[in-house]
Amino acid sequence: MSDVVEKTLTALPSLLSLDSQPGSGKLSSTSKLGNLIRGITELTSKHEEEKLIQRELSSIKEQVASPNTSMRQMKELMVRAIYCEMLGYEASFSYIHAIKLAQQGTVLEKRVGYLAVSLFLNESHELLLLLVNTVLKDLQSTNLIEVCMALTVVSQMFPKDMIPAILPLVEEKLTHPKEIIRRKAVLALYKFYLIAPNQVQHIHNKFRKALCDKDPGVMTASLHIYLQMIKENPEGYKDLTASFVTILKQVVGGKLPMDFNYHSVPAPWLQIQLLRILSLLGKDDQSTSEMMYEVLDESLRRAEMNHNITYAILYECVKSIYTIHPKAELLEKAAKCIGNFVLSPKINLKYLGLKALTYVVQQDANLALQHQLTIIECLDHSDLVIKRETLELLFRITNAQNVTVIVEKMLEFLRLSKDDYTTIDLVGKVAELWFIETMNTVFSLGGDMMQPDIPNSFLRLLSEGFDSTEEDRQLRLFAVDSYVSLLQGEPGRLPQRFLQVISWVLGEYSHLREGLEPATTLRLLAKLLDMKHTSSETKSWVLLAMSKLCEGPDCVSLAQELSERHGGSLDTVLRQRVQELRHLSEDAELRASVLPRDAAQDSCTDCIVDSSLSFLDGFVSEALSAGAAPYKPPHQRQEELAQAKALSLEPYGLSLPISMSSCSLADRQSPTLLSMSSGLSGNSTDLSHKGGSTTLKLDGVKRVWGKDGYLAQKEPVEESAQVEVPSPLCSPSRQGGADSTHSQTPTPTPTPEPEKEKQQLASSLFVGLGSQSSVCLVSLQILPYGVSCNQLEMNFTTIMCCYSLKEVATTNETDPGNSPSLIRANSTVTADPPAHKDPDRPKDSCLSSHLPAELAGLSHSEIIPLCSSQNLDLSACHVQKEDALLLASGSRGAGWDGVLPAAFWGISSHAVLLQTSINQFHQVHCFLPSDLLLSMALLTQSMLVSCFCLTSLLFLCLGRPLCVSTEEYGTLWLAFSQDTKQNLALLNDGQDPLTATLDVLKNKLQLHVVDIIGAEGIVACRLLQGQPCLMHCRVHAGSLAVWLRSPVPDLPDCLLYHCQRALQEH
Amino acid sequence: MQFMLLFSRQGKLRLQKWYVPLSDKEKKKITRELVQTVLARKPKMCSFLEWRDLKIVYKRYASLYFCCAIEDQDNELITLEIIHRYVELLDKYFGSVCELDIIFNFEKAYFILDEFLLGGEAQETSKKNVLKAIEQADLLQESEDEYLSVKIFK
Repeated sequence: MSDVVEKTLTALPSLLSLDSQPGSGKLSSTSKLGNLIRGITELTSKHEEEKLIQRELSSIKEQVASPNTSMRQMKELMVRAIYCEMLGYEASFSYIHAIKLAQQGTVLEKRVGYLAVSLFLNESHELLLLLVNTVLKDLQSTNLIEVCMALTVVSQMFPKDMIPAILPLVEEKLTHPKEIIRRKAVLALYKFYLIAPNQVQHIHNKFRKALCDKDPGVMTASLHIYLQMIKENPEGYKDLTASFVTILKQVVGGKLPMDFNYHSVPAPWLQIQLLRILSLLGKDDQSTSEMMYEVLDESLRRAEMNHNITYAILYECVKSIYTIHPKAELLEKAAKCIGNFVLSPKINLKYLGLKALTYVVQQDANLALQHQLTIIECLDHSDLVIKRETLELLFRITNAQNVTVIVEKMLEFLRLSKDDYTTIDLVGKVAELWFIETMNTVFSLGGDMMQPDIPNSFLRLLSEGFDSTEEDRQLRLFAVDSYVSLLQGEPGRLPQRFLQVISWVLGEYSHLREGLEPATTLRLLAKLLDMKHTSSETKSWVLLAMSKLCEGPDCVSLAQELSERHGGSLDTVLRQRVQELRHLSEDAELRASVLPRDAAQDSCTDCIVDSSLSFLDGFVSEALSAGAAPYKPPHQRQEELAQAKALSLEPYGLSLPISMSSCSLADRQSPTLLSMSSGLSGNSTDLSHKGGSTTLKLDGVKRVWGKDGYLAQKEPVEESAQVEVPSPLCSPSRQGGADSTHSQTPTPTPTPEPEKEKQQLASSLFVGLGSQSSVCLVSLQILPYGVSCNQLEMNFTTIMCCYSLKEVATTNETDPGNSPSLIRANSTVTADPPAHKDPDRPKDSCLSSHLPAELAGLSHSEIIPLCSSQNLDLSACHVQKEDALLLASGSRGAGWDGVLPAAFWGISSHAVLLQTSINQFHQVHCFLPSDLLLSMALLTQSMLVSCFCLTSLLFLCLGRPLCVSTEEYGTLWLAFSQDTKQNLALLNDGQDPLTATLDVLKNKLQLHVVDIIGAEGIVACRLLQGQPCLMHCRVHAGSLAVWLRSPVPDLPDCLLYHCQRALQEH
Repeated sequence: MQFMLLFSRQGKLRLQKWYVPLSDKEKKKITRELVQTVLARKPKMCSFLEWRDLKIVYKRYASLYFCCAIEDQDNELITLEIIHRYVELLDKYFGSVCELDIIFNFEKAYFILDEFLLGGEAQETSKKNVLKAIEQADLLQESEDEYLSVKIFK
């Protein structure tokens, strides 16, 4: 780009190596500076140089102090002093003389004087005050050059307090006939604004005048001020948007004088400045943004020349487009632009592409997905700068699933890096900072509105840890530190969920921090109990954490105090927790066995749960022999009650118990049971996390891209490869040598090994970014246990759930040949019936014949036995309703001789599926007899597990046709932003392949075929009554090119996945 | 822009302009570290560096390195062009500039820089205007004295 200059420079080889060729022809200067420079170049050691300069400096010192030195000599001396300072030798004695020279010299001497001042001093230097008078005088001079010099020095440095002294004079210059004076005056005011904004507040209208100056240079200079002011207060300058847009339009349109062109691009500096201003103005402001769409589009279009300067403008443009209120069309163009940058063989552009990606990736993760292979390449780039920026990008897309891989990459980089600053920065990021801090922000901002799975997966991650123990310890330690300081601040502002997380972490890990007394933590936590806004749920988390911590006499007294204060609480759960706390604080041994330290990480085998509660047998028989009434399950009591009142409650049988639930719960709790269950419940959070860790085993089945490599063979490879269909991204700069960058063709050419590795890496890095349906399900999978631990409270059923989960997990594992699903929507049952199932019991009859009338007519999956014991047999199925998916379960107990249609519940969309069902479950469990309760826990959990193991369930069960007209379809299509394109296989068995293919999809996936015109077809569907997804299909070159759009990010990918499967299975 | 440094392939500082107030000690430290870092980079590498919390944009012209420090939100490419425009200005002024011109006439190089960048911001981007401003001042000078006139070295 700078060929001319470079050529001229390199054409003078003899002159370039000055140091090796002293006394070259050019050094014919007889000046003293020339001698000095020559002298230095002849030296061989640093020591000699030092001696020479010291000698020089003392001679200068002597001369400047002499009264006989003329100003002309002084000027020469100053130049030498500047030179010595540049070499790193102090010449502070000359500072005062520099000021004197500026003051007393003729114009030319002044010039050097001012230069020396501006090089020697900085704006806080006290000598600068002596310059004020000189500046004042020169500003008033009739000699333009003197005025210019004064303004130049003022624009670089001026004592803050003296601004008022010269401000009127500078202001005056804004109307000076010479543009150079006006321009410098504007820049001087800019400097004043930077160092003392209040001083120039009253002349804001003059800035406007400068903005309207007829000279483009003055106008450009005024933009510096505006950029700064708008940065600080965008609201105040919205009215100027139209003006800025007009200016930019004129500049882009080439209306400025040719002088302002730079490599035939019109005033690039001005353009960039305006783009930055516009992005500030348009940020979060739709109406203002709308004003600039056109000009941004124009800028993008005009900047097409292949030169750095146009790239600079493009880059700024892209940044603006992503900063202001989004417009789909522009975003698309900007994304394409970023693509060009990323794929460019020019390393500087690549770097900027990565930087831009980093900037936009939060808004549009798919963009990173498109370039995953390039990103992977950059990760191994020989230039550390590129590597670093790539890590920065990865850092932004880190989520719970790819965190391990990314952190690993960062550590890898750390091993290479020798730069301390980078190391410190990165270590901070890797180890803890981003994780805890980001989560802190997430929790504080997201508050109670966020999905409950976020805190749960966070805690899960924290408890499971990574591979290295030391790292885990660091992470937890950091979390503890961070939370302690948060609690010491103003915990009242923190959302409930965050407080719960804090309590748990402190309860588990505050012992890691040496020197942090448990009592201190306890007191911090106790403070939370007294806060008005703390919910009772949070309070029980807090108390649980306290139970884990109470150690030592201090704590016992604190526990006492708390139990007195809260023992009388109306909330039974709270009361129970307080009791636990008190008991456990007094009995350290019991506490150690009930709440073992680090329980969260140990494998769940450590904890054996006696699900039959046989340990209570002794107690029960004792109580019975003492004359206590035998325990009656609530439903039995209810029956008795009904009989006693001779009133049939049958028809309301299902709804009544809900209202009774609380009392029946209370009834059941005998004192011993209470203390025992509380002992267990003390651990329940930990256990539910163990439940979480069990899920990991399930994950293993689904998560095909493990850190250890490629686990499954089929879908994900194809998918990740296909996601990067190289939409028209080929930039002009990519042609030629650029082909070495991966042309990511969707055709399944045999992938070479390294390529495969890259793909593997890619999918583990980009997991969770919304491309793979299996991936989004993995994240869903975490949900049930997370939710359960929140929603079910910490009572003993949770333990049962986890316990049963473990079983489910093991059954799943022992069955590796299976697809992950236990139930498939198309009624194939892959789960083995439980081992000890009574063979003579009819498999199906127990439920299907007893399905309630309103469900009987609907299609339902095959009824699957979930578990059975000697006297109980549980089965379930899901039933598809127009607006809901119902999970139906039935049980058959030997004791009851008949079927108890235990529960039917509905759900409205997949997002609330778990929530609802768990809630329902919560209501349900209360009125079931105790051993059925246990089984119900089992049932629900395994149902959930099954459901979410099912990759197909989500769509297959929730998808419903969306009946729209072609016109409506068109409107919807334009309104949706999330889209995905893909090629699908075309079925060739029928007359018309398109119709045949669509029919299959229609039948299998419940899609609505809106219209088929020639080789194109449009299809619509939605999730229950909720979000729609549109699909446009076109027969193209023997395959079906589909284009999906939806307002929901994951939906197109999900549907696409199911389409692929449906067609494959066909 | 925070500062601009010009240094030779041997690591000798040829020009320094600081737009942020820093102590001499800091300046020396920054210069030393930066010169080392930049000189260690290979020719085909990226012209941008993250250094401390700043972004360094550098470019090598023959034996001279031009190196600017900008803030993170600034545009790296335009900074690269600022360097280039400065080189163009020097080239035009000295007539195919070389390192020696800058060594012996560093104060001129400073004058040109001050007309081009003021307080760290691009002041005048029109090449013609910058040179006009310099020449006007120079004319005065030549009429009075021909001390260190450019032509001596030509």
